[in-house]
Amino acid sequence: MSGSTRIGSGLFERSGQPVRFRFDGQALVGREGDTLASALLANGVQVVGRSFKYHRRRGIYTAGPEEPSALVTLIGPYGSEPNRLATTLPLYEGLVAESQNRWPSLQFDLLGLFGKLSRFLPAGFYYKTFMWPSFAWERIYEPLIRRAAGLGRVQPAPHPHEIPAATEHVHTDVLVVGAGPAGLSAAFTLGVAGVRVTLADQEVHLGGGTCLDPDWHAWRSAMLDRLQHMPNVSLWPRTTVIGAYGQGVFGALQTRPRELGGQGARSPEILHVVRTAAIIIATGCVERLIALPGNDLPGVMLAGAALRYLVGHGISAGHRTVVFTNNDDAYATAIEYARRGSPIEAIVDVREYSPAADRARGAGLTVYAGAKIEAILGDRAVRSVRVRDREGQRFTLSVDCVLLSGGQTPATALAAQVGADLRWNSAMAAYTPDLAPATGQVAGSAHGVCGLAAAVQDGVSAAQRIAETLGLGDLEVPAFPSAPQDAPRADLEPCWEIPGKGKAFVDLQHDVTTADIRLARREGYEHVEHMKRYTTHGMATDQGRIGGLVGNAVLATARGIDITEIGQPRARPFLETVPFAALAGGEIGEHFKPKRRLPLHELHTRAGATFVNAGLWLRPLVYSSDTSWNAVMAEARHVRREAGITDVSSLGKIEVFGSDAGAFLDFVYANKMSTLAMGRCRYGLMLREDGMVFDDGTVARLGKDHFLLTTTTINAAAVLEHLEFHRQTLFVGSDLTLTDVGDHWAQFAIAGPLSRAVLAEVIEELDIANDAFPFMAAAGARIAGVPGRLFRISFSGELAYEVAVPARYAEDVWSRIIEIGAPLGLKPYGLDALNTLRIEKGHITGAELNGQTSAKDLGLGRMCKTTSDYVGATLRQRAALAGNQRFELVGVRPVDSEQRLRNGVHLLDLTSPNGSLGYVTSCTPATEQVGWVGLALLTSGHARIGQRLLATSPLHDETYEVDVVSPHHLDPENSRVRA
Amino acid sequence: MLRIPCPYCGVRDETEFRYRGDATQARPAGDAGESAFIRYVYERSNPKGWHAEWWMHVAGCRTVLRIVRHTVTHEIHSVTLPQEPVEMPKELR
Repeated sequence: MSGSTRIGSGLFERSGQPVRFRFDGQALVGREGDTLASALLANGVQVVGRSFKYHRRRGIYTAGPEEPSALVTLIGPYGSEPNRLATTLPLYEGLVAESQNRWPSLQFDLLGLFGKLSRFLPAGFYYKTFMWPSFAWERIYEPLIRRAAGLGRVQPAPHPHEIPAATEHVHTDVLVVGAGPAGLSAAFTLGVAGVRVTLADQEVHLGGGTCLDPDWHAWRSAMLDRLQHMPNVSLWPRTTVIGAYGQGVFGALQTRPRELGGQGARSPEILHVVRTAAIIIATGCVERLIALPGNDLPGVMLAGAALRYLVGHGISAGHRTVVFTNNDDAYATAIEYARRGSPIEAIVDVREYSPAADRARGAGLTVYAGAKIEAILGDRAVRSVRVRDREGQRFTLSVDCVLLSGGQTPATALAAQVGADLRWNSAMAAYTPDLAPATGQVAGSAHGVCGLAAAVQDGVSAAQRIAETLGLGDLEVPAFPSAPQDAPRADLEPCWEIPGKGKAFVDLQHDVTTADIRLARREGYEHVEHMKRYTTHGMATDQGRIGGLVGNAVLATARGIDITEIGQPRARPFLETVPFAALAGGEIGEHFKPKRRLPLHELHTRAGATFVNAGLWLRPLVYSSDTSWNAVMAEARHVRREAGITDVSSLGKIEVFGSDAGAFLDFVYANKMSTLAMGRCRYGLMLREDGMVFDDGTVARLGKDHFLLTTTTINAAAVLEHLEFHRQTLFVGSDLTLTDVGDHWAQFAIAGPLSRAVLAEVIEELDIANDAFPFMAAAGARIAGVPGRLFRISFSGELAYEVAVPARYAEDVWSRIIEIGAPLGLKPYGLDALNTLRIEKGHITGAELNGQTSAKDLGLGRMCKTTSDYVGATLRQRAALAGNQRFELVGVRPVDSEQRLRNGVHLLDLTSPNGSLGYVTSCTPATEQVGWVGLALLTSGHARIGQRLLATSPLHDETYEVDVVSPHHLDPENSRVRA
Repeated sequence: MLRIPCPYCGVRDETEFRYRGDATQARPAGDAGESAFIRYVYERSNPKGWHAEWWMHVAGCRTVLRIVRHTVTHEIHSVTLPQEPVEMPKELR
């Protein structure tokens, strides 16, 4: 317990209602309007966590998202959430939080021993220490380090998904980032002119710096009231713009704490994808620390944060407070403390003179000008400070609270992402962004403008310049509520570090000290980006916002160069920690990918099908809940012996029209299509320009200038894109139209020796006798009374047909075919049986069309034209693809017919089994023979047919002999399809 | 994210388009030989600055567009159809 306590009421309270919560098991009471941090301070809780590396006690240091220390684990109804910032977490009734990184307890942490060992834990110690023996890394060092390090633990229990994070797409004219005086005035100026404005701010309470100055509260309320009544202005509190994505696209994360929205009532986060014509960046500044010994002790806080707790929540951070500053801003805190009766022991200012010091003295405060605090002393918390005054006299002040202010650093990260040049601003001793006018405007203190009234003016100017860029002409300055004037100011005097004995931290969250930075330089990590990675300075979740520049300045001093020469590390998205849930939005679980259902999905379900994902499609795998080989083989054998019907509607279907259609197809297929007779089909092979096989399918000629293409299910979209690309770039002006009819037609394969007998009962107006409608014939026909198309093509190797009908008739036609066919022996079969049938026949699918196989490798080389130009014609003939040293398609059969094959088993030479010669791509039990058959890609495979090889699967601990055979395991003469 | 002005559909998100590669490379004549095709398929310059690329509006009108884009700033200078002449920025003409 310490000196922080509530001494009054604050701006962010509405009702003053008590709110009960627990921290580390202790029952505490805060007030409505508190954050967890302010409630902890009100209860005098001084230590809220242990540091990352040295396990030092740490207290609340800031009042916003820049907080390095007050990370807690929130225990909610959905399990625990680590690393929530107490400084941004609104307090709610029943909140339960625990401190992190301590064991067994916060007050008594055994790992605090690391602090004593700190001289053995320098920057980069991981790289130096855990080098050998190599096996020890995985077994000893890593588990040990993981136990000691880290910030919080993720609880593996998933959140319920009934309230996923929302993703919203927003279009606006001007996005204003930051609702401080500049952002409010810019939004107001544009809003009055009727421009669509979106104003985002990370805080619950809009107003930025105007919240902290009681003289500005009336102006702030009046402005918010006016903006809230403008229909063209959207106000987004609790919204952080997390990144710039180019061309006016920004991501903005709005958090609506689950605990405030009520369980299940609202999603906890909204990710806004903002598309805007222009942006005004009024992100303000972040106060920075001063590196001096003891600057991380509980009881040390930034001066601006202390002002926020006092004005916003009525909380004083200490009973006896000293302020250490190099600038005017900290005086506001001291004067307000004094005004509200919280004692200020002294203000220690490194500068010789400032008008603010006169004002403070006028308020009865002691100011030591030209002085500094050399060290903050205390063991478990701040006890005293050692001051060195202008004359060099040293004395000790007994205090329980030190408020630090090293100056204001503009929040430039977003501006830098938009493309701003960062320029050194010596009045602020920080970088300010410079944007090209076409890109956007920076306004307010982010722009280097000091003072609230000046920021209001700057916001108006930014709005006017934006209006000009958008072609809206000259905007009038609207009537603003009356506001106070800015007091006279003096510039700050840069003060980065007070050298001395003891740890001086520049990055509290990652425990980086000034000594670490100097060590990095000595070891050669001189560049600011190298130093950052070696020491992890600025790489924690707070991104080093309060100490980043300080660390860089220490590096510059160590290198003996000016800070303006050292550069800034690049700030990339995200600017704030973003929960994965917010990025995923609704695309979780079932909705992770879209699902495509066949026109007959419901019917297949009723027929008892088990489905399988094929690309985005759900296809019937087998018409049984039993997915074992027994059920599959029963279906496949039934096709071989009688007849089966299967749904192939997911195949891609593209119609090609026009007098140039033949020439176009000759260009995109490796084999000739223009010679195809009307009423005939042909197998077609498409290559990529590099000579590899792209896709296969059939082409049917339905009219002189009318062709129908089918593609594989997986490549349907890619083939359409490929064809359109070539049509539009190389066939400009041709008489040629491509129409995607994939979804318009349902298509069923009817296969097996009895298929013609079944179809004879179904087909009208067409003679399907073997002579009249031979293998590879195509025609329009009435199918079960519906006008459709009939093709005599076979993927199964059996006598087979495919019927196509408009998708809306699919159910009628399928049901009618089953009704008529069932008494004749027709049964449905699924994708697994289809796969069995095609493997036996040696037909290829995705496993063999893997993008690395040429037509020649697949035994299809002779199909390719040799005399004309087409896609892939030249490069398929290059030397690298010639010869017989490549993987070639073959069949394999285990010598032992009891032995099963597996996809992916490697094939080795029997006598010298060193190195794989190839692997099995697809395999299945055979339908009519005993044992298993497979297809394989095998080095010099065609020449090895007849050889015996070793097949091995180390994963299954199996090794056995296989015979290399022709890929056509069944009916190599192709007599069945012509029967 | 790029916002691409499609001449038929208006300004649309990049996610509706498919990148189809370098539009400065013309497909060689069928008899141009292997080395010409090797260059066409594999060899690409990686310019820092203005570059012409094919983008296809696959989730829209399916039109193939030639887009002149700055590879550093992502600024889009021109959007033309394949049969139209390439429109490069003045400094390159």
